[in-house]
Amino acid sequence: MSRIIPIAVHTFKESVREKVLYSLVLFAILLMAAGILFGTISVGVNEIVLINLGLTAISVFGLLIAIFIGISLVWKELERRTIYNVLSRPVARWEFIIGKYLGLALTLLVNTAMMTAAFYIVLWWEMGRLGAGDLAPLEAIYFILLELALVVGLALLFSTISTPVLSAIFSFSLYLVGNLLDDLRDFGERSGSAAVGLLARGLALILPDFGAFSAISQAAHGQMIPAYRVLSNSLYALLYVTVLVSAAILIFEERELQ
Amino acid sequence: MSARPPIVVILTVALAGSVLLRGQIHRAALAAELEPVVYVRSGETLRRFSLGYEGLLADFYWTRAVQYFGRERLAGNSRFERLDALLRATVALDPHLLIAYRFGAIFLAEKPPAGAGRPDEALALIRRGIGANPGYWRLWQDLGFIYYWDLRDYRHAALAFEAGSRQPGAGVWMKTLAASVAAQGGELDTSRLLWTEVLREAGNDTIRRGALEHLGAIKAAQDITRINRALDLFCQQRGHPASQLKDLVQAGILAEQPTDPSGVPYVLGLDGKAALGPGSRINLDLAR
Amino acid sequence: MWAVETSALTKDYRAGFWRNRSQRALDRLDLTIEPGEIFGLLGPNGAGKTTTLKLLLRLIFPTSGHATVLGRPVSDLRSHARIGYLPENPSFYDHLTAAEFMQYAGWLAGLDSRTRRLRTGELLDRVGLAASAGLAVRKFSKGMVQRLGIAQALVHDPELLILDEPMSGLDPLGRRQVRDLILELRRQGKTFLFSTHILSDAETLCDRMAILDRGRLRGSGSLREILGAASSATELILENPQPAALDALAHFTTAAVRTGDRVRLEIAAEADLPTVLRTALDADARIVALNPIKLSLEDYFVARLGSRENASGPIADKSSVQAPKAEAARR
Repeated sequence: MSRIIPIAVHTFKESVREKVLYSLVLFAILLMAAGILFGTISVGVNEIVLINLGLTAISVFGLLIAIFIGISLVWKELERRTIYNVLSRPVARWEFIIGKYLGLALTLLVNTAMMTAAFYIVLWWEMGRLGAGDLAPLEAIYFILLELALVVGLALLFSTISTPVLSAIFSFSLYLVGNLLDDLRDFGERSGSAAVGLLARGLALILPDFGAFSAISQAAHGQMIPAYRVLSNSLYALLYVTVLVSAAILIFEERELQ
Repeated sequence: MSARPPIVVILTVALAGSVLLRGQIHRAALAAELEPVVYVRSGETLRRFSLGYEGLLADFYWTRAVQYFGRERLAGNSRFERLDALLRATVALDPHLLIAYRFGAIFLAEKPPAGAGRPDEALALIRRGIGANPGYWRLWQDLGFIYYWDLRDYRHAALAFEAGSRQPGAGVWMKTLAASVAAQGGELDTSRLLWTEVLREAGNDTIRRGALEHLGAIKAAQDITRINRALDLFCQQRGHPASQLKDLVQAGILAEQPTDPSGVPYVLGLDGKAALGPGSRINLDLAR
Repeated sequence: MWAVETSALTKDYRAGFWRNRSQRALDRLDLTIEPGEIFGLLGPNGAGKTTTLKLLLRLIFPTSGHATVLGRPVSDLRSHARIGYLPENPSFYDHLTAAEFMQYAGWLAGLDSRTRRLRTGELLDRVGLAASAGLAVRKFSKGMVQRLGIAQALVHDPELLILDEPMSGLDPLGRRQVRDLILELRRQGKTFLFSTHILSDAETLCDRMAILDRGRLRGSGSLREILGAASSATELILENPQPAALDALAHFTTAAVRTGDRVRLEIAAEADLPTVLRTALDADARIVALNPIKLSLEDYFVARLGSRENASGPIADKSSVQAPKAEAARR
């Protein structure tokens, strides 16, 4: 059990060395700062724009990092044969997978924290004050983190089966579809064929529901998210991540290391 | 022999060519009115494909709307055809972007050249805003305003002000206004109440200036009425009309030479009624 | 208790585009390795050596058969704490330094932080990488990588070492050092199982060995047992012998090769030696040398496995002189 920690720490350190990570974070921060200019070309939406832009940047760049690093998490170790260093030790395959997941999750947590700090600095700079009323974005950021946890799980799962390019495509596609589940369900209900309807409605229940986590617009209007929604989303994320990581473990347990 | 010089030349020529061509294409597009304004068929579709980023997209569309409005106004273009579509896209993406409803309604309702002169579209927008934000009293205020000022529908205006006065945080004067409109819709005093309130909470120079202009016109109109009454009184007392406004001052009917809010003294018109002096910046149409 | 025991261990791979054809990489291997011995796994490329080692470490799974390592079935990962593995062409995390990698390896093996640090320093020194401890692995030469590989296999002081081509990439000095290291560690009681296709290494190091060819076990045991009775032959080298002399000796000779003015004769039966010598002397043949033939593993390979890549040097032209026995039989 305790082998998970060295693997997680190692994965974290390795991810943090990725130069792309820094470029993306820097870009996100620049974008937030540019949000200050945004307010001057529009009317009356200064604070709203800053929050929308900042949170969108945190979400989008977090997504990019999660997918970019996630898709080669397992694949790289297999491809470069460094996996032998790990699995020849008393390390179970499931420990390897969970360690990898936690390492990347930690990386994203640190990134998001950095971007959140930058966000609040920009907000404070522009609005001249920072108070209890500015906590709403934190809730949205929490939801973003939950989303990222799911995306990392997806990327990890695909990383055990396919090459990085395919994994990236699948992960992005699932993220897209996961935001359109309501439409999928509507489509199923309105479809003429019973089989298609059943399939569509079934898929809408099984595929990851990313739409449930969107709270950026609410945060921009200073609305706090009701507690029950925070709880249910947290639970959903936990369960779904468990599903994804378990699937990855199942697949990896059968994998022969040529 | 180095390949550098010829390659540099080729690069420069190609860049110049592409820049010129870009300019051409852009001019042709403008001429054909294929302006790069993103046209939207359905706000709902747009919202769906925003993947959770609809807040930012709404801000983007709002900015587009503002810029479009500004650009068209500067160009003296009073049609503002795409304004409604842009505003509808904005609020479809963010139904709680209150400023889009409020300013949008003003842009739509104001008579040209200041606005699009489409009070019915403005009404639809405000109603939509109320539907998504029923507790926000200012939207009711705006609704009442449009009914009052642009449609002269004093009954509905009074109802709107009344409904708004019952919402949380509503200004106390809303009730007064509702009563006033119900009793004397169209009276200058009522209008002044309205515009005073608009001026007070104006968050933007354009609106502030507009409110001041309206208030100035209303004041001027009321002044003129007052001066005309004074003229009548003079005629009754002296048995002949005054030849100039100074007479009224001498006769003690008026305390001093009246000047309009723009600082220009009123004059006696050829028809024997008070009128704005030459060089006055007041536009009396704005009183109505 | 055996250090390693396999019983009918078999591995099939699915080949072909539709994965419908089966390719047998290892066929019912039975093997035992005693604790404290150095055991060699030999064979040409593709014989199944790496497959066997990977099966023992559960990096791949057997199609049928069993194997135990240090008394536990292969599926029990606990034995990994007592096994050190060096894969063929090892690759490590490029971005780490040698010391960082060793620490990570130690951590994974379950060592505490103090032990990790100590062992890292010790082992890097032992394999001659002390000066490169702070160098990124990315910058290592092949020889350095190999040394690091040996160090990481030893970081947790394992009982059993499973090494796939441990000498690969090392210069002669390096190979000598590794050889000495293996011998020294064996003296401490460790068991070694290593695969190689360098036969001289196997000859000098291994107590016992197994020879694989195309997935099948072709022979196992000590060097003596494998080479068998064929090692009792003798070579007789004559200078400028008369044809008459050669004819006289033809009866005893199993092979004859002429090189310049020397002729080398192989005499199969040791018992014939006295007669052969007398015959040669009687014929006034000039005897240059009389040596027992040490049949080398290489010869064994060439003969039994018929693989060209295992022989080095020119192939002796054994057909230049007729097989004398057959000639004699015809007369």
